[in-house]
Amino acid sequence: MAEIEFSNITKSFGTTQVLHSLNLSIERGAFAVILGPSGCGKSTLLRLLAGLEKVSSGEISIAGRRVEELQPRERDVAMVFQNYALYPHMTVAQNLGYSLRVAGVKRPEIEKRVAEVARTLQLDEYLKRKPGQLSGGQRQRVAMGRAIIREPKVFLFDEPLSNLDAKLRTQMRLEIKRLHRKQGVTSLFVTHDQIEAMTLADILIVMNKGRIEQVGRPADIYEKPASAFVASFLGSPPMNLIPATVDTDNRGIVFGDGMKISLGYALPVAPGTEIVAGIRPEHVEIGNGHIVPVEFAEELGNGRQVHLRIGDMAVSALLSANDKQVIGDALAIKLPSEHLHFFAKDGRVIDVQPTAHTVSKPETAERTVSVPALV
Amino acid sequence: MIEKSPILNFVTHAILLAAAFAMCFPIYVSLITATMPFERVAEVPKPLWPSDQLLVNMAAAWKKGAFSTLFMNSIISTLIITVGKIVIAMITAFALVYFRFRFRALAFWMIFITLMLPLEVRIVPTYEIVSNVLLPIQRILEWTGLAWLIQTLSGVRVVLKLSLINTYLGLTLPLIATATGTFLFRQFFLTIPDELAEASKMDGSGALRFFWDILLPLSRTNIAALAVIMFVFGWNQYLWPLLVTTGPEYRTLTIGLTAMQPGSDATADWNVILAGALLVMMPPVLVVVLAQRWFVKGLVNTDK
Repeated sequence: MAEIEFSNITKSFGTTQVLHSLNLSIERGAFAVILGPSGCGKSTLLRLLAGLEKVSSGEISIAGRRVEELQPRERDVAMVFQNYALYPHMTVAQNLGYSLRVAGVKRPEIEKRVAEVARTLQLDEYLKRKPGQLSGGQRQRVAMGRAIIREPKVFLFDEPLSNLDAKLRTQMRLEIKRLHRKQGVTSLFVTHDQIEAMTLADILIVMNKGRIEQVGRPADIYEKPASAFVASFLGSPPMNLIPATVDTDNRGIVFGDGMKISLGYALPVAPGTEIVAGIRPEHVEIGNGHIVPVEFAEELGNGRQVHLRIGDMAVSALLSANDKQVIGDALAIKLPSEHLHFFAKDGRVIDVQPTAHTVSKPETAERTVSVPALV
Repeated sequence: MIEKSPILNFVTHAILLAAAFAMCFPIYVSLITATMPFERVAEVPKPLWPSDQLLVNMAAAWKKGAFSTLFMNSIISTLIITVGKIVIAMITAFALVYFRFRFRALAFWMIFITLMLPLEVRIVPTYEIVSNVLLPIQRILEWTGLAWLIQTLSGVRVVLKLSLINTYLGLTLPLIATATGTFLFRQFFLTIPDELAEASKMDGSGALRFFWDILLPLSRTNIAALAVIMFVFGWNQYLWPLLVTTGPEYRTLTIGLTAMQPGSDATADWNVILAGALLVMMPPVLVVVLAQRWFVKGLVNTDK
């Protein structure tokens, strides 16, 4: 059953429309991550669900109940803010227990639940401290504790890790995942960090310019991006996107520098059409084939990233650590046709039969992806 | 300035010391005079070492100036001004910052403009209103012809009158109605991150609960600062209390002190008068000194 359901949501601030008729449903117990560049409307979507913003039109329901007219406190959701938003004058214990105090819960019961949550998050020692005396990671945990203690139906995370340093971020990511495994509460997590998104998500929602580009499991989206935007946003280094022309028999493509690739199948577009071909850096094969100029190579420790040029387009290739080949001024490369993605000029994926790319048109069709509840 | 020059240092310190001397010496002289017996007040050269008559002079001043009533009046009116100001300023600033209502900008600018209109500028109209609070309603009734209508219909002439002359309200209300505090709290509230308000909304607290549980505790140091400023401001009022009170029962200390000054042909018992002045100065000095300690405490325990 869908725990969270957005239907035909639009949102405008004044004359600027930030969400365009958006549909999304998320299963109970799923950890959903909304990924997108800044300004794509992902935080707005979260705030609409939390009740901090009002929808311009459309419906939102949580566990089958319409909520768009309800106050935040009536929606049974809890939120972790990017800057934690802890009350600076209260101790950790008071911060954790504040929502219960507002709800009129008796003092012994509050103390019991604060102690419980503090144990879960290893905050026992810090209960008497104020937020100003805590480290970033501890503040983050208090912010999460404040959400957990209310036992809500849905957790909302608004880029909660972006204020932490890289090491702590990885650690907190694991903690969030562990907590979700344990509690199984439906969670909606907003981020612009694709690694965070890939690692945390049961279901990944990629947004761009107020629209949903693609919804699915992270691995599926990585393998079969529905648009050039998704392809370039996921993966580090990102997918190479190279303009090409469909060959006269439309069973091959030609790049700007004359490099030809035959596909062994026909592209469903007219010969001579200009398209964009995509290939992930790790799929670029080196050693034989077409010779292209090399700009430079970067040492990554667990491999090397080589920057090449095809025509006037920069292309990168990843070499594994045991590939000891000396990189000179030019390199022979091969782009295996089974790893190629094709996009039309407007960015939509071109469906190719043999590799069975799924058709997913950004503007139509409600996307529901079922993910079994994790208990 | 990270200039290191002994001559410049000497000059600046000399200027500072001279200014400090110019500030402090008159106070010192009045302090010394207040300790003198009456016979030594006119001594030349002026004695610069204290004598032992301070308490005697203060007691005399207390009695002569009828300070019992005046002290009470001063304390009551100053406290009303201080507390009233803080309460109104906080609530107004809360409304201006956290609520989106129609004409919000207009409301803010109207409040802001009053910053430029101190009491002295608007003292005549303010006096007119205080002497009859219902005057605006009376005028409206007259202008719209309603007063005439009522008079012709019922034969009763409508005269609305409610005077605040010689009341604590009349003494304090016009002094509370200025924008300084509102502006101070507005600027402070704007520095509080929006997320704090949103977090408390998510935690289920309504607007007033947020005000009481979050904003008020965070504003402690600002409240203390405003309280000090308003206490000194209220205590030192002279013109308005002089206008709005007609008898000794609502007069304040500042007026009582001027009343102690000798007439042109009387002998001046300056020792008693200056002892009275010291008494009048004491409360604001105490408040500033005590609140200073409080400020430091607030600064050390910052929660950020």
